[in-house]
Amino acid sequence: MPNADTNAITSDLALVTAIRAGDQGAMAALYDRYSSIVYSVALRMLQDTGAAEDVLQDIFMQLWRNPGAFDASRGNMGAWLAVIARHRAIDALRKRRPENDIEDVVVSVEPDLASEADRSRVMDKVRGALQTMPVPQRSALEMAYFEGLTHIEIAAKTGEPLGTIKSRIRTGLLSLRKVLAA
Amino acid sequence: MSAHEQFAEDLALYALGALDGEELQTLEKHLEGCASCRRELELLRGDSSLLALTTTGPKPPARARQRLMSAIANEPRLPANKVVPESQHRSWWSAFGWPAVRLVAAAVLVFVGINLVRQNSSLQQNLASLRAQFSDQGIKLEEANQTVATLMDPEATKIELVAAGNKPVPRGKAIYQRRNRNLIFFASNLPALPAEKIYELWLFPANGGAPIPAGLFKPDARGSATVVNPPLPEGIEAKNFAVTLEPESGAHDHPRGTPVIVGVGE
Repeated sequence: MPNADTNAITSDLALVTAIRAGDQGAMAALYDRYSSIVYSVALRMLQDTGAAEDVLQDIFMQLWRNPGAFDASRGNMGAWLAVIARHRAIDALRKRRPENDIEDVVVSVEPDLASEADRSRVMDKVRGALQTMPVPQRSALEMAYFEGLTHIEIAAKTGEPLGTIKSRIRTGLLSLRKVLAA
Repeated sequence: MSAHEQFAEDLALYALGALDGEELQTLEKHLEGCASCRRELELLRGDSSLLALTTTGPKPPARARQRLMSAIANEPRLPANKVVPESQHRSWWSAFGWPAVRLVAAAVLVFVGINLVRQNSSLQQNLASLRAQFSDQGIKLEEANQTVATLMDPEATKIELVAAGNKPVPRGKAIYQRRNRNLIFFASNLPALPAEKIYELWLFPANGGAPIPAGLFKPDARGSATVVNPPLPEGIEAKNFAVTLEPESGAHDHPRGTPVIVGVGE
């Protein structure tokens, strides 16, 4: 549904434009739209509500201070925020300072996440894809994504060869893309 | 096996930040020259971001929203909100910046984009009667936006050439259009910031008035930075520009630090 996606992206950009002008209401609307994604990722990774709230606060404050960090060239805003939330959580896990104010990351993802219905639809598909994955593949993917482990660390933890871990992670990611394209 | 196939699995790990060691260095070197793999990397990052939606944690507590809104209400808007920070890794501002010819071309295109945005805003008030014109402007705006996006792409390759044997020195280029208050500033080879310090760009009015703050910025790891259209008063003719090193917090109503680079005029 390209038209629906385009409209949703425009809506996000309209909010960002208003935020650039100092509109606090637009900031609240953007928070209401995407705070759950950011918080859920941070909480899953950090297992600590206080630390997850700190990540949430940090990311949205940085967006308020520098709304120009997001534009259409960075891709889907929900996906972009999810990537940043994960980066910040990994920084917190490894107890290092964030490398950037707002990460300069380009994310290309087809489904739009601007509406609750969009997020719910994509969530069902992704969960379905994960459930049909072989357990070792899903496990490798989740260790890399939610625990922030490198492939060498995953190989050491599971006792599997490095090549096997690499293959499982790539195949796992491609299967997510495939199920969303269907 | 093609180069792309060779790097396919490493790209997936890289998208997750799960690649390290020698393989990481090899892949980053390949990415610098391979647009196809950079595109695949964006897709893989998108794929991985979908995993975020599988988390089933509770929604953030109401206090988190209150905390944010309270902080926003108390947060003064700094000129830096229009500063485009550079990437900390694999920056395409890379070592030096870029040649003056491309710089001027970039500035022209950015100005075109900005002016088209303003025109679009006006057109929306009379959309019905001006729909055809709006459509045409929209196409041009999209083209300009794509050009600007390319210019701001951290993965694009950009190299400035200097006389053979010369070492790169701190330098900056300010392009200012008084009529529309458009200012684009590029800097390269700036020294790394000391703790709790920040660079600030200043506009020196031609009428001899006090310097006007024109944006706070932090350079990337290679000393490159960009400032695009900071808030500026109307009708100011510029005589010169300078960059100073200032405290990261506090008022910036006049330069207090030592100039790092100063304009020589054109």
